[in-house]
Amino acid sequence: MSKEVMIDVVNLEKSFGKHKVLEDISFSVPKGKVIALIGPSGSGKSTLLRCINLLEMPDAGAITINGKTMDFGILSLRYRTTELAAFRAETGMVFQSFNLFPNMTVLENVMAGQRFVKGISKDEAELIARPLLAQVGMEGFAASMPQRLSGGQKQRVAIARALATNPKVMLFDEATSALDPQRVAEILAIMRELAQAGMTQVVVTHEMSYARDVADIVMFMADGRVVESGPARQVIEDPQEERTRDFLKHFHAGCS
Amino acid sequence: MNYHWDFGDVLHYWPLFETGLGYTLGFTLISAVIGMVTGALLTLLRRSGWKILSVPAVAFVEVFRCTPALVQLVWCYYALPVVLDITLSPMMAALLALSCYGAAFYSEIFRAGLDTVDIGQWDAAYALGMRPFTALRRVIGPQAFKIMIAPLVSQFVLQLKNTSLVSVVTVPDLVYQGQMVASATYKPLEVYTTIAIIYFAILFPITQVARILERRYHV
Repeated sequence: MSKEVMIDVVNLEKSFGKHKVLEDISFSVPKGKVIALIGPSGSGKSTLLRCINLLEMPDAGAITINGKTMDFGILSLRYRTTELAAFRAETGMVFQSFNLFPNMTVLENVMAGQRFVKGISKDEAELIARPLLAQVGMEGFAASMPQRLSGGQKQRVAIARALATNPKVMLFDEATSALDPQRVAEILAIMRELAQAGMTQVVVTHEMSYARDVADIVMFMADGRVVESGPARQVIEDPQEERTRDFLKHFHAGCS
Repeated sequence: MNYHWDFGDVLHYWPLFETGLGYTLGFTLISAVIGMVTGALLTLLRRSGWKILSVPAVAFVEVFRCTPALVQLVWCYYALPVVLDITLSPMMAALLALSCYGAAFYSEIFRAGLDTVDIGQWDAAYALGMRPFTALRRVIGPQAFKIMIAPLVSQFVLQLKNTSLVSVVTVPDLVYQGQMVASATYKPLEVYTTIAIIYFAILFPITQVARILERRYHV
């Protein structure tokens, strides 16, 4: 066995009503690698990300994460909420709009997964949460309410919260799109550190420099299909498909 | 006005008012509890995503929201026994009607409260691996509850006032006892003034507490 596969997606399909959002998506990500999903808005990349942790239920196909497989189709109905929750706990997700819990302090947000999903005591959860807050540079804000934080600070806490359940895969859904330019760099730096530490990541992003420099694989999507996929540098710098070239043209002016 | 106020006779019957007050408060509390539990259940059914559950729940809510409580009460007492071929005591009929009426409105309050919580909160809770009930209890519920406090209190106030209707089916609540006293003393002015004061003395503090809570959570 050469390289351990962390994520394996096979023939995934998803429609919203009559509108087909994902069509026959297949790809796999080796353990410890970063895949960047790029493409115009409406290309289905965010939906694909949300399908990976079942926030959207795929209509057909299969997803395997860390050796656990979910098959979709008529059979999806047989999955119990506990199974879905257990599958989701394998991944951590970071959202564009942060989605911190406003009824909890920063520390409680980071402890939420351990306490309410894994059922670990408050003291033990705190032992896990505090170092993670330090890791994202937010240890001084443990007692703050999320509403008082800036966007960049919120996103750091959100990353710590997602890491707290010890996920095997991190999913980033345009994690920097709602941030000021200076804050973008800070969040990207944290994501880069995670990648260097061997965390498998699926990143939906408009940051082409991150895709090129940090991602191992770049997948360009349009109209719910994979147009082009390959080694990051090659797809960004020497795309083979016309549509990929067109899309990347918009970015080359801004990113060097 | 030359009317000579005289509360002496009326206060002579004070024990009757006490009994009536007991019925009024008892009916309010019991029907509020049953109404809230049923209302919460209705809200869950409406949000279940299954039409076979949500459509009947919506129908129930709309029927009880769009008919007068008095009509429901009279219908439960006089018509329901005929339909189901059972006998219902005035108490049971009154409790049933008030609870269903309350349930419809509480359900609306719960639904509206849950709807104000951003959908991203569900996403974040699920993404951490929470099951729906855990997400509701730890994340969505506490946020929705703040928004629900004020409308819940005002619904409770309405519920207490609505219990006065049960006198129509001879449940001996405050109003019913007042009618008894009024016909015994021929002093309706004093009697109904006394009753109004008692209702006010109970409800005014509650509405003030509601106002404070509302301000605290600046809805």
